[in-house]
Amino acid sequence: MNDLNVTATATAPSAIVATGDAAAPSVAAAESAAAASSIQSLPMGKAINAGLRRALANDPKVLLMGEDIGPLGGVYRVTEGLHAEFGENRVLDTPLAESGIIGTAIGLAMRGYRPVCEIQFDGFIFPGFDQITTQLARMRNRHEGSVTMPIVIRVPFGGHIGSIEHHSESPEAYFAHTPGLRVVTPSTSHDAYWMIQEAIASNDPVLFFEPKSRYFTKGDIDVAVNGTPLHASRVVRSGTDATVVGYGAMLPTLLQAADIAAEEGTSIEVVDLRSISPIDYAPLLESVRKTGRLVVAQEAPGNVSVGSEIAATVSERAFYSLEAPVIRVAGFDTPYPPSKLEGIFLPSADRVLEAVDRSLAY
Amino acid sequence: MAASIDSPRPAPTVQLLTADGRFQPSDSAAEYLPYLDRLSEDDFLRFYRDMVVMRTFDGEAANLQRQGQLALWVPSHGQEAAQVGSAYATRPQDHVFPSYREHVVGMIRGLDLNNILRMLRGVTLGGWDPATNGNFHLYSLVLASQALHATGYAMGIQFDGTVATGNPEKDQAVIVYFGDGASSQGDVSEALVFAASYQTPQVFFLQNNHYAISVPVVRQSRTPLYLRGSGFGIPGTQIDGNDVLASFAVTSKWMDDARAGHGPALIEALTYRVGAHTTADDPTKYRVDAETASWIARDPIARYRTYLEGRGVDQAFFAGVDEEASDYAEDSRKRALEIVAPTMEAIFDNVYAEPHVLIAEQKAWAERYEASFGEGQA
Ligand SMILES: Cc1ncc(C[n+]2csc(CCOP(=O)(O)OP(=O)(O)O)c2C)c(N)n1
Ligand SMILES: [Mg+2]
Repeated sequence: MNDLNVTATATAPSAIVATGDAAAPSVAAAESAAAASSIQSLPMGKAINAGLRRALANDPKVLLMGEDIGPLGGVYRVTEGLHAEFGENRVLDTPLAESGIIGTAIGLAMRGYRPVCEIQFDGFIFPGFDQITTQLARMRNRHEGSVTMPIVIRVPFGGHIGSIEHHSESPEAYFAHTPGLRVVTPSTSHDAYWMIQEAIASNDPVLFFEPKSRYFTKGDIDVAVNGTPLHASRVVRSGTDATVVGYGAMLPTLLQAADIAAEEGTSIEVVDLRSISPIDYAPLLESVRKTGRLVVAQEAPGNVSVGSEIAATVSERAFYSLEAPVIRVAGFDTPYPPSKLEGIFLPSADRVLEAVDRSLAY
Repeated sequence: MAASIDSPRPAPTVQLLTADGRFQPSDSAAEYLPYLDRLSEDDFLRFYRDMVVMRTFDGEAANLQRQGQLALWVPSHGQEAAQVGSAYATRPQDHVFPSYREHVVGMIRGLDLNNILRMLRGVTLGGWDPATNGNFHLYSLVLASQALHATGYAMGIQFDGTVATGNPEKDQAVIVYFGDGASSQGDVSEALVFAASYQTPQVFFLQNNHYAISVPVVRQSRTPLYLRGSGFGIPGTQIDGNDVLASFAVTSKWMDDARAGHGPALIEALTYRVGAHTTADDPTKYRVDAETASWIARDPIARYRTYLEGRGVDQAFFAGVDEEASDYAEDSRKRALEIVAPTMEAIFDNVYAEPHVLIAEQKAWAERYEASFGEGQA
């Protein structure tokens, strides 16, 4: 059960800074009941589409750029209908060149636009890596603040879809490692709808990782009340024996693990990180101080990863509360395997529980 | 003989001034001659003045580097005509995306060159605001990265409709500078693709100074680089880059066309880096004196002076320019020595536009750490 109160009731995507103590569930039961008409059930892909539509409608400077995002609506149809609605000068089917997309988005941002770039698949962001890391990320800094780079880069990421090579990658750590960027990932339709709008409203560059295996999973959205700032992490299930934290497509796995554990008498608290850079540690630390144990789960390879960073920071800040070392559950440090093997590569509920057992054994 | 890759047809290089300073336009120059009519007598003199001021400043900056006052200097000796002529072809509302050697372009656009010395002294990463410095954007040290920024900016001009309005005070265009070496970077090709696709109001100004640090241009391209645009559907023109009038006239035409909505163009300016790549370079390791000498014989300033003398400009003018140039250099030197080192906040400020918890924590820690050195001394 959820024992946290809703403290933030922002109706516009303005709150950017995570204040750990404000982290709270997005929609309190009472509020949802009061505003029943504002609840819509949409798959995550459509939720992002709705968020993009609102951003395009609210601000004529918002542009979408990418490969096949026009009449086709993107390979995952996330931009479906937007080209017809807003025209080719707002929804740009660009030439097929990722460095070109990011590099020209930088020029457009200098001109006052707010480009939202779609990278078609996670594994194809690297031709744009130089423009993202050596240009976009430091542009404001090297200008000593005289330019802003309100650019969002949307990246469908992660596995579980049985795809061919380069279509199931989790490259978020490269960007979390780069000063000047912000990196977020929603795990629910509600968050996807609001976080994409907050990312577009941010005056900093935001890497927006979309867990593509969730695109077609329905979830409730409160289109009237956001509830959680962009960079806040959030306890999504309370527990007392151990904390597990993850982001994006890991969340359903973590919740499943918590269900199984509950049947076996172990109470697991689940934290949805939501923001990978910066990380909002306050709810996580509070949870660890309560449970004394932490398991970090991610699809990305574990070596020098987001999970490594969380393990290091929690060890520094909650050392005396820990009953066991922080344990990482991650993709193996191998290339992403042929998809027939992804079930072994990707952390499952069982692998998470195996790690929880190891933690509890200390 | 049929043209082949190894022996392409001789380029119809646009030249107005011969290497010895005679006004003798090449056949290919005909369509560009009317653009000279825009120049007042003062403009003709200003071209000379700016080239000389730049070269003198260049020498002074190299001295500052040798004396340990700059971390590095990037000389432009030999390339002044290409830069001055093209810079004067821009209008105030245009935007300029330089590489890292276009100091005089910045000067002409209104940038205080102290900004460039501050950067090379290790005080900033660029730091000037293009909006208040003639729309002269920051130097870009990742080769060719700026080509895409320029193209994106030009796409924005296009979307905003400040092109082809017929109002010369309003229509805008972009000029982006890059080198023969940078032309091999993918970002130049991608910029050409986007520019052609969106028909951006834009001139790609390629200074072929024949070297990318030590590597001669033949390693970059077996065909003349002015042809590089043609496969993208972008017209290319080769000019004698040591001829300031050719640079002005040709760039004026293509910038005018860009502002009028006729899309992007490429200009290859043939020139030569007479000095080292930077003060960290040693050109004796990769090129012979005879080659350098042959280019010094085609010096942009000497030829233009001969031309101006032929137009009746008197010696007092040239003496006055020399004096102005050395005053400028001396003043630049003085101000360079007065540049103060940045304080610690500069590390943390402007990393993000909006508050960021990690940066705030680290800045607070660094302040406490710095302050701890003062404790117990009072
Ligand atoms: C992407 C990248 N690779 C390598 C370098 C190192 N580098 C700096 S300048 C230079 C040569 C550039 O030659 P060119 O484009 O002809 O310009 P020039 O220096 O001659 O003006 C190289 C290799 C760099 N700055 N950026
Ligand atoms: Mg060169």
